[in-house]
Amino acid sequence: MKPPPFGYHGPATLGEALDVLAETGPGGKVLAGGQSLIPLLNMRLAAPAHIIDVNRVPGLDGIEARPSGVRVGALARHAAVERSPEAAAAQPLLRQALRLVAHPVIRNRGTVVGSLVHADPAAEMPAVLALLGGSVRLASRGGEREVPAAEFFTGPMESALRPGELAVSAFFPALPGRSGTAFHEVARRHGDYAVAGVAAAVTLDEDFRIAAARVACVSVGPVPVVVDVTAACGPRPAASADWAAVAGAVRDRIEPEGDIHATADYRRHLTGVLAARALRDAASAARGEES
Amino acid sequence: MTTKLFGEPVRRREDARLITGQGRYLDDLGAGALAAAFVRSPHAHARILDIDVSAALDVEGLVAIYTWEDLPGALAEPLPLLIPHPALTHGRTAYPLAREIVRHVGEPVVMVVARDRYLAEDACALIRVDYEILKPVVGIEEAVRGVHLVHEDVPGNVGAHLVQEVPGPGGLTAREAIEAAPHTLEFRLDVERSACTPLEGKGVYARWDADDGSLRVYSSTQTSTSVRMAIAAKLGLPLPKVEVIAPDVGGGFGVKIVHPWPEEILVPWAARLLNREVKWTEDRREHFVSSSHERGQVQHVRVGFDDDGRVLGLEVEILHDHGAYTPYGIIVPIITSTQLLGPYKVGAYRVEFSSIYTNTVQVTPYRGAGRPQGVFCMERTMDRIAAHLGRDRTEVRAANFIQPDEFPYDQGMTFQDGRPLIYDSGDYPEALRMLKELIGWDSFPEIKARAAAEGRRVGIGVGCYVEGTGVGPYEGGHVQVTSDGRVHVSTGLTSQGQGHETVFAQIAATELGVPIEKVSVVTGDTRRFGYAVGTFASRAAVMSGNAIALACRKVREKALRIAAEALEADPRDLEITDGMVHVAGVPSASIPLATVAVLSNPLRYAFDEEAKRATQFAGPASDDRPPVAEGEEPGLEGRDYYSPVRSTFAAGMHAAIVETDPDTAEIRILRYAVVHDCGRLINPMIVEGQIHGGVAQGVGGALYEKMVYDEHGQLLNASFMDFLMPYATEVPRIETAHLETPSPLNPLGIKGAGEAGVIPVSAVIASAVEDAEGITIARMPISPSDLHHLRLER
Repeated sequence: MKPPPFGYHGPATLGEALDVLAETGPGGKVLAGGQSLIPLLNMRLAAPAHIIDVNRVPGLDGIEARPSGVRVGALARHAAVERSPEAAAAQPLLRQALRLVAHPVIRNRGTVVGSLVHADPAAEMPAVLALLGGSVRLASRGGEREVPAAEFFTGPMESALRPGELAVSAFFPALPGRSGTAFHEVARRHGDYAVAGVAAAVTLDEDFRIAAARVACVSVGPVPVVVDVTAACGPRPAASADWAAVAGAVRDRIEPEGDIHATADYRRHLTGVLAARALRDAASAARGEES
Repeated sequence: MTTKLFGEPVRRREDARLITGQGRYLDDLGAGALAAAFVRSPHAHARILDIDVSAALDVEGLVAIYTWEDLPGALAEPLPLLIPHPALTHGRTAYPLAREIVRHVGEPVVMVVARDRYLAEDACALIRVDYEILKPVVGIEEAVRGVHLVHEDVPGNVGAHLVQEVPGPGGLTAREAIEAAPHTLEFRLDVERSACTPLEGKGVYARWDADDGSLRVYSSTQTSTSVRMAIAAKLGLPLPKVEVIAPDVGGGFGVKIVHPWPEEILVPWAARLLNREVKWTEDRREHFVSSSHERGQVQHVRVGFDDDGRVLGLEVEILHDHGAYTPYGIIVPIITSTQLLGPYKVGAYRVEFSSIYTNTVQVTPYRGAGRPQGVFCMERTMDRIAAHLGRDRTEVRAANFIQPDEFPYDQGMTFQDGRPLIYDSGDYPEALRMLKELIGWDSFPEIKARAAAEGRRVGIGVGCYVEGTGVGPYEGGHVQVTSDGRVHVSTGLTSQGQGHETVFAQIAATELGVPIEKVSVVTGDTRRFGYAVGTFASRAAVMSGNAIALACRKVREKALRIAAEALEADPRDLEITDGMVHVAGVPSASIPLATVAVLSNPLRYAFDEEAKRATQFAGPASDDRPPVAEGEEPGLEGRDYYSPVRSTFAAGMHAAIVETDPDTAEIRILRYAVVHDCGRLINPMIVEGQIHGGVAQGVGGALYEKMVYDEHGQLLNASFMDFLMPYATEVPRIETAHLETPSPLNPLGIKGAGEAGVIPVSAVIASAVEDAEGITIARMPISPSDLHHLRLER
């Protein structure tokens, strides 16, 4: 469990980082929090020729909360985002989800943007970005581009990030008024990757009827699976919504696979249960109630 | 301050060191040593056609590459079969490096030594081994078909077959008793594979002293004395030229009693050959695929019983998955088949096991060592009897208990130490009464009804066990009081975090009447104590504890003899308190134990003020006696051994309340209660700590842990990400009550406690989940996914 040989680069500025990335191309791999990369290296499951450690690059650890949403820099640790009151006020789902990400020691080091780029379909933060319709900003020596979540996650552990690019930040949009969110998951052990998990966002109209409802499901497909259940909910008051029926609509839209921890059937069942719970809580939050 | 420390919850003296990073584990040693790494088989069953190391030779820092062809003499032979048994007709062990055939993924094939571990692994990655893939045998059912063989010369893949039969009253066989019984049940049970997974893996660090022709080896082992003998034998070295030391060891749980591991002899061999220090530290993946596993069994049960649930006859047939090799003999299935009986009288009993080879990691004892499987079998049987008769589960158990006036109770079988299975003492009805009170058994139906009214499902479960502890053959203790008044205790067995530094010091302090601060304890260092067996089978406290107590009594006797002369008193009138020998009731007539130590060693040379008192012109020595009297030895020290006639039998009963989520099928343990009887308690806090750790591992076995092999013999979850050891968040608060029925077999009246906690947990959780769900559970562990499907099948 020792990594194979690699070249180490510790750029001091964003420009230097992008230069190294351009030079190393497909052989270059960015190290931020290292919570996934280091184990992959140690188990020799990844053997990049070059590691570009961006931890010394200034200006990448920002957490900017605005009424429109929260922009999270590449070096902002999970724990910093989780503890930011401004971020939680602008987009409560961030804190709701981050509390489910692994363990405190991992959150102290791991980064939100790193989790997005790692693109594990079992991880929480890709689901959050997908549910909210956020985006990832990618920089290279040629310039910057903003990739929407729907295009960013391309497969298990695969994203739209190209060789030579650095994900410099991610944007998590705020939701309109009378909106609420929730994240429910079941993991085998506290802090493990979820067997199934559902992030939900519900927006109510002026009469407190459901105007929009969406869920994003983890561990049930190659990428986070976003299901719009607005139609299934119908324009009814949240209190009289048939969440069990809505859960059925979610179950129909996912293609889970079995593994050593759970069968595909159980994952499908569980995702429905969690969708109902998350939607109910999100609707309560939208009404301004404590969930 | 009192010196009566036996029985007190003395805080662990080793903790300050261990929890502040001052522990010295194997990998903390030998910073400049060369590193060893191994090329291991990626196939479960294959023939080695060719090993090409040429690409690795260019790795800078490479020192040596070895294959089986390079091994000389005894090193080239198979590893020892440590515990032979007549029923193990086809025992097989591996070669230190694979010779021609590999029989499980992870078997070592090539050893690489390089400047550091990084380079050694780089070289490993460049070594090409050509294999001819052979058909792997995976899973008990596939193995017993015997179509494909793990060992060509072992027909049917059966390594051992053993039947033990105990006739019932009137000489009825089990079959006859079952056939004559008013009620009978027959069913199959499955227990998954698991493993010890100590947080520190194995490791070996060897230093060869060419000038002295001697070898010092540090190993993360549960038996330094036996590793020493194995190394001396395999390397052809005189025993006095080999020292083996177990440094701080980060957990063992059984896997480190197996020895010598291939690395334990290869690393010292390479160190001597290269005349360089060499170290190997096992990594986590290596530990999963190349050490040992345990637990995997299939059991077929037939039981006959009367209207009260009294068992009249029991037949159990066990298929035991032994993996690829049997270095530790058939200890695990022997323990399963004998300890299955627990605290019960079962009328007539017949148990038969077959030890089956598969192309998987070998099976050797893991904490509990076959008992969790046996207890699962017996306790599932008790629950099924209760369900069949519609009776309370604790009533059925009570109807079968051995009664307090029936000890010593002979179960009529042969135990793992080759001696009769005779229980020494116990009080099972009282333990059950205490447990029911602790958990609130009788009022649980109301709790269950209230929960049901809220849409919640809760259930209660119970499980009982008896554990043979403190197996022989012996351990020893050496106690020396030096002239500064310090007491140096050593024993040969090793420590893996149990708290020996504390409990052995408590025993010595109590026996000698000295403050515990004056006592130091050394374990597992062959330089200090050469004769020992090892730390396993819940035996350290019973064996070394009693040996140390006996050694202390020798020292005490001598101290009183010397002090009596100095005080001109009768030794029978003397006591030792706080390190002072004094005439009982006359504190002024006293002499410090330190001074007694000085006087015990007649000196020619004074090296300090204290020593002057023992020099030849200092005292009123008698002219007509030699300075060291006949039959005496210089120095205030004693050595003694404890060798029991047979094992002592500890017991315990656990109960749990669980809640199952009606929708997600998650299983949560709400309460966990333990009544435990290990005889007299040396330190109740340490016993509770042992129970907590054991229950935590039991929770792993009940709800989380399994070794998942695919049909090719690949272990799919060889990491802590997918092998689910419970975190602190998954372990419930454990409520404990102690019962003390002293063992009549040893001077201290103690029994072992090390394994206890783990033993009944799977049985208890199965019982509780069954109660919550109204389903039948025949297989553990149980995951939410499993429970979901059991619900669908209902």
